[in-house]
Parts: sequence; structure tokens; C-alpha cells
Amino acid sequence: MLRIAGGKVYDPANGIDGVVKDICIADGKIVANVDGGKTIDATGMIVFPGGVDVHTHVAGAALNFARAMTPENQRAASAFMHSVERRAGIGGPTPTTFATGYLYAGMGFTTVNEAAVPVISAKHTHEELRDTPIVDKTSCLLMANNEILLDLLETGETERAKQVVAWLIWAAKAYGIKAVNPGGVAAWKWGKDAKNLHEPVEGYSKVTPATIIANLARIADELQLPHPVHLHCNNLGAPGNVATTIETMNVLNGHRGHLAHLQFHAYGGDDWHTMRSEAARLAEHFNRQKNLTTDAGAVLFGNAVTITADGPWQHLLYQLTGQKWGNLDVENETGCGIVPYTYKGNNLVNAVQWAVGLELLLLIDDPWRVHLTTDHPNGACFWRYPEIIHLLMNADFRRDCIKKLPAKAQKRIVLQDIDREYTLYEIAIITSAGPARALGLANKGHLGVGADADVAIYQEKPDGELLFRYPRYVIKGGEIVVEEGDVRSVVDGREFVIRPRFDIAIEDYLRPFFQQYYTMSFENYPVELDRLEHAEVLECEQA
Amino acid sequence: MIRFTLKRQPTVPLEAECLSPDVVCALSHGEIRSLPVYHGKRRLRLDEFFDVDGEASADLEIHGDLSRVKWIGREMTQGKIRIVGDAGMHLGAYMKGGEIEVTGNASDWIGGEMKGGLIRIGGNAGGQIGAAYRGSRAGMNGGTILVRGSAGVEIGMRMKRGIIAVQGPVRDFAGLQMLGGTIVLLGGAEIRTGAWMKRGTIISLASIPLMPTFCFACAYVPTFLRVYARFLASFGLSLPIDDSQGVYHRYSGDTAVPGKGEILVWHPSAG
Repeated sequence: MLRIAGGKVYDPANGIDGVVKDICIADGKIVANVDGGKTIDATGMIVFPGGVDVHTHVAGAALNFARAMTPENQRAASAFMHSVERRAGIGGPTPTTFATGYLYAGMGFTTVNEAAVPVISAKHTHEELRDTPIVDKTSCLLMANNEILLDLLETGETERAKQVVAWLIWAAKAYGIKAVNPGGVAAWKWGKDAKNLHEPVEGYSKVTPATIIANLARIADELQLPHPVHLHCNNLGAPGNVATTIETMNVLNGHRGHLAHLQFHAYGGDDWHTMRSEAARLAEHFNRQKNLTTDAGAVLFGNAVTITADGPWQHLLYQLTGQKWGNLDVENETGCGIVPYTYKGNNLVNAVQWAVGLELLLLIDDPWRVHLTTDHPNGACFWRYPEIIHLLMNADFRRDCIKKLPAKAQKRIVLQDIDREYTLYEIAIITSAGPARALGLANKGHLGVGADADVAIYQEKPDGELLFRYPRYVIKGGEIVVEEGDVRSVVDGREFVIRPRFDIAIEDYLRPFFQQYYTMSFENYPVELDRLEHAEVLECEQA
Repeated sequence: MIRFTLKRQPTVPLEAECLSPDVVCALSHGEIRSLPVYHGKRRLRLDEFFDVDGEASADLEIHGDLSRVKWIGREMTQGKIRIVGDAGMHLGAYMKGGEIEVTGNASDWIGGEMKGGLIRIGGNAGGQIGAAYRGSRAGMNGGTILVRGSAGVEIGMRMKRGIIAVQGPVRDFAGLQMLGGTIVLLGGAEIRTGAWMKRGTIISLASIPLMPTFCFACAYVPTFLRVYARFLASFGLSLPIDDSQGVYHRYSGDTAVPGKGEILVWHPSAG
């Protein structure tokens, strides 16, 4: 039992905006009152629901490949030395599994969504997620270039496609559907990309990116998944791609959808020299489409590692930078590219990207529909979120930063004209309440009675960045895991898994494909539920 | 001066980056003795392996067979380390200034990614001198490394600036993927010298096997060599610059990259 006494509570899901009140915890849940037990004196502190990261890459084959590809980052990174409470690990742009848990918790985040899992490497991903302590986890499954699905869409067998999607989610013990560059990764296997939403995908005569997007969105809705289709739009990173992003919103046509890392999809111009921010235009469209949520995918200057299933884009990035390049072909399901990248303040393109992420966060008027992310580790490392919060809360500081950008870049952005400053209440929405709602996690992101007792307590200070960098206390499932900015005790996190309803006969349809095309036998393909150490299964009824 | 004497051989390599002028220059005798070293995964006190004599100085003298002691002089910026005996791996890695002198042999990766300062080896050195650590884009970015004896493979790998001069024979892949700087091979090298080099200069006073991707450009004595000759003469090394004694053949490459580097091979005049 625990009482957090005298703190200023920010709990947007319950409409509580900076009210001084006690938060009581028993058996890992928020309760109305407790009698006895430990008390934390939170006078002069602010109390937030634990942070929720709606889009991050913290586990799996691709991230591990990135870790192996960048030993230079790991040498420069801070080390977590082995101690009684903690295992050894390394921070940096792609932290090791245990360090990832410590770093998230050390910032006040208690739930993360691993946003890109191929079915065939789901086992590996779950094993790494199990070794990512403290935080609770969900994961999204890569579907938009799965050849079995694309073949079904080609022949118009949409009902069977739904059965396959439902089966795959349960087979991979995943939480939601991810679509990366729909059709583009399948086309990449022919050395092509899918830039136009309404042209057939290479290797197919009927199915287009639009078909894939519309069907996955429909399937997510019909299966009543708590999180809608999690969409990485076509043409990521390309100048002028705002048209594709807006067209994608039209294709979704009223279905629910989550547009991932919107910053990478909000550019105007015709090439790298004329690239400019189209955040204002995109935000205007987005504000009208109440069916959608998004996350920022903000960029900060410094070292990053770009990791995405978007193989063709990564090849282009490799050609642009001359950096190291990793390319993976994930059988019939997807692909993956990895390129280490440094965002530079004096580079026109990078400066525009930096501004676009902030512009979107400031111009999208409903904070419940835009979440704080950096598409870790693509735009910046997740442990740099406090820097973004500082930029959002302080317009003068923002303008000082803009002055350091190249003069040319300053003409391509609108950030200097935005006066809006985030309040603590709004920060609690974009870091916790909003993403929890978007993920459909009813017990996360709020401090009402019955919620999971995930709480972050910060010292109240004027400087936004410092405020959020070192929480005084972080409580996960009722246990105090961080005290005075240091991880004191380590608990295991849970994994949320969705079991959609499907017709078991779909296995008879799928089995022959495995005998014919896969390197893995059908029996070995699904992840057994026993492999997950702390799984929590949510049943989903079909509409 | 602070004198360290190795009193027992570590059973596994000892990581002792505290043996650096920057670390010990302001510490008392007791503080120096209690500095941490890693013996495998165990964190131990420095005085479990070393006798320490003296305190608060940037002038260090280390005695004993230190071939299993790694990271001596790591990131040092000032002062001097004199090692009487052999030195282990990563000697002077990332160093920015000061001087390291070894009377015996040194191991691999000495001066890895160093930015400045001087390292002198009296005996032989291992491979990857002044090199980029695995995954890094650039190796040494300044400073000087002089080896009296032989050296191993991949010396100056991806180096960007600075000078490496080796008096004895050098093994394969000298100047691999070199980006700039100078390697002076007074005793020649084995195969694949300058492979993938983009820029930079490799000077060999002995004839060496060249890769087919290096093209003969001209025979001359470059004027800029006088600057190098004067610099190296201050360390007792002689670089011929008198055109009555011979010429340098300039080979440009590595055209496989394609690169704009050069290999200068000294051809003494007949008779």
C-alpha cells in the first residue's frame, strides 16, 4: 500500500488539471483510499500517469542488426554497470534490452508499443521484450507487404484475408496491425517502390497501395482491435510527399487509423534543394479527420540510427549519405533497411525536419490525437523526449533555436510564427493519456480508481527539459522503481496480446504455403503463449 | 614523477585506463593506489597489481611486462608516460596530447582514434596502429606514432590526419581505407598497401608490391617532403629528399574506390 500525498496531479483522462490531491495505491492498482502503508511526500511535486510510447523500436531482429552495425555508437554510449538491482547494458542510440527498460523507466515511461514486428521473427522479438524490464509492452505486426495477404487482395478474397490477419495476430502474439509503405516493400523485391497509391503494386495486376490500406483499416475495425491500423505511409522522407499523406487520409475514408511518425510525411517541394515544411497544410487536413490519431516522429539534431521495414527508402538514404547500409529480406512478409544517420543543424533538409516535427505537435489542435514520439531510434533516441517537451513548453527557447538554423531553412518553415506553448496538462496528454487511449489500453494513461498504478512524480521546476529528465519517483504496478532519478528496483513488465476471433479452418488454407514457400514449417511458425513470461490476453469479438 | 611497478601478472588482461597523467596528476598517493582497475569482470584496486611510488605528477614511469595491461594513457591530454618494458593493447587510444614512450614492444591498436600527442615504440608494434575502431568512420585524426621495429596489419586503417612512421617491416593492408594523413614505411610493407585509400600519402623507402588499382603518375621529389623530412629528422629518422640520390615514383589510387590517395616509392639512383 502506498499513498502519494500532497502532489499536484495532472490526470487529463479524468479531467484533473493540477489539483493537489492524494493518489492511493494497493495491489498494483489505483484505489480510492488506503489505510496505513508507505507515504511519499509529494509536496512541491507534480504527479503524472506513467508515460506511454505509442511508436518505438526497442526489440527484434532489425533493431538487433542495427545494434551490431553500430559498435561505434555503443563505445561512445553510457554504460550501465552490473549491480545488485540491475543487469549490465549500454545506452546510446540503440540501447541494449535491459538498458532500454531502465532508460524508459528513468524518464517516467511505463508502457511502450514496439511498432514493427515481422511474424517470422516474432519469437525473437518477444524474447527481447521479456528482457526489457519494468515497462509493459504491446507490439504491432507487419502486414502490408505479406504476400499471402496481397495475393488474397489481388483475387478479391477479402473475407479470407480477414481470417488470415486474425490468425497471424494470434500466431505472433501481437497487439495490432502495422502497415509499412504498403506494397512498396513487396515492390522492393523487384528493385521498385510504390509511390502512387492507385497504381498496381509491382508483381500484381490489381492490388494497389490504396487497396492494401483500405482493407487493413477495414479488417482492424471489423476485428474490433483496440488499436487501429498503425500506418507508415508511402513515400516516407521524400520531398513533396504531403500529397501522398493527404491521399492516404482520403483512402482511409472514415475508418480508424493511426498515422505513424507524421513528421516524415509532411514535406513539400520537388527535390532536396526545394524541400519545405507542409506541416500547416497537413495539420489542417488532419484536424478535420476525427477518425485518425498520429504521432510526431520528431527529429532532434545528433546521432540516430534509421531502422525501417521501408527497404527502398533506406537504399536511397544510403545513396544520399554514403553511410553503412543494412538490407534484410524477410521472406514473404516484409523487408528491412538500416542506415546510421546524423541529423545536422546546419543542413537544410535536417533543419526542416526538426521544425516539422514541432510544427505538427503545435498545429494539430487536439492533443488527444497527436502523441510524442521520435520514431526511436529514427528521429532521435527516446531518452531525448525531455528536450522536445522543453521546446514545446517554451516559445522563446524555440525561437532561439530557430535562429541557429540556416537562413534558407528559416524561410521553409512556419515554426517561428507559432506562439503556442504546451501546458503541463497537455504534456500529460501527449505523453500518456492520449497514446494510452489510442492503443486502447483502458488501465493505462490515467490515475482514476482501477487504473494500473503506473505513476511518474517530478519536481516542479520552471525548466521543462530538466523537469522531465529526472523524475523523483517512478512507480510501476505499485512498486517504486525509480527514486531520485535512479533505478532502485526492477520489476518485470507485462505483454498485452490480442486474441481476435477466427475460423480455425484458415490453417488448412495456410499450411500448404509453408510447405511450398517458407523456410519455417507451419507447426513452428506460431509463437506459443508459454514463451511470453507475463502475457495478458485480451479477447476480441468480431463485429 | 610517479613510478608504478607491476608486482604480479594479471591472469586475464587488466584494463587500467586510470594509468594516465590526466587521472593521477592531482591525486595523493593513497588516492592513486585505490584507483579502480578491471581484472576481467572484477573491479579491483590499482595497488593489487602495482607498487606505487610518488604522487600528484603528470610524469609517469611504469616498469614491468605490461603486455597484458590494456588502455594505458587512454584519452590523455598532457604529461608523459614512460613504459620500461612491453605495453599491452589500446595504448594511448583516443589520446589528445602528451607523450608516451615504450622501451620494449607494444601490442595492437596503439593510438587507436588518437587526436594528438606522440607515441614512440622502441621495439615492435602490433597491428591496427592509429586505426579506426570497428564500425567507426575515421581513425587517428592527428598526432604522431613512431615505431623503431616492425608493425602488424592494417596500420593507419581509416586514418584522417597525423603521421605514422615505422622503421622495420610492416605487414598487410597498411593504410587500409585511409582518408588522409601520412604513413612512412622506412622498411617497406607486405601486400595490399593502400587498399581502398581515398586520400592521404604513403611513403615507402623500400620497394613494395603494389595493387593493380594504383596507377603510375610520375617520378619526382615532392617539395612538401622537405617539411616531413625536417620533422622526422628531429626524431632521428632520415627521409631522402635529395634528387641527386634518387626519385620517388608516385602511384595514385586506389582507383577501385575511386580514391585520390598516393603511394610514393623511393628509387635510389643507380651507383
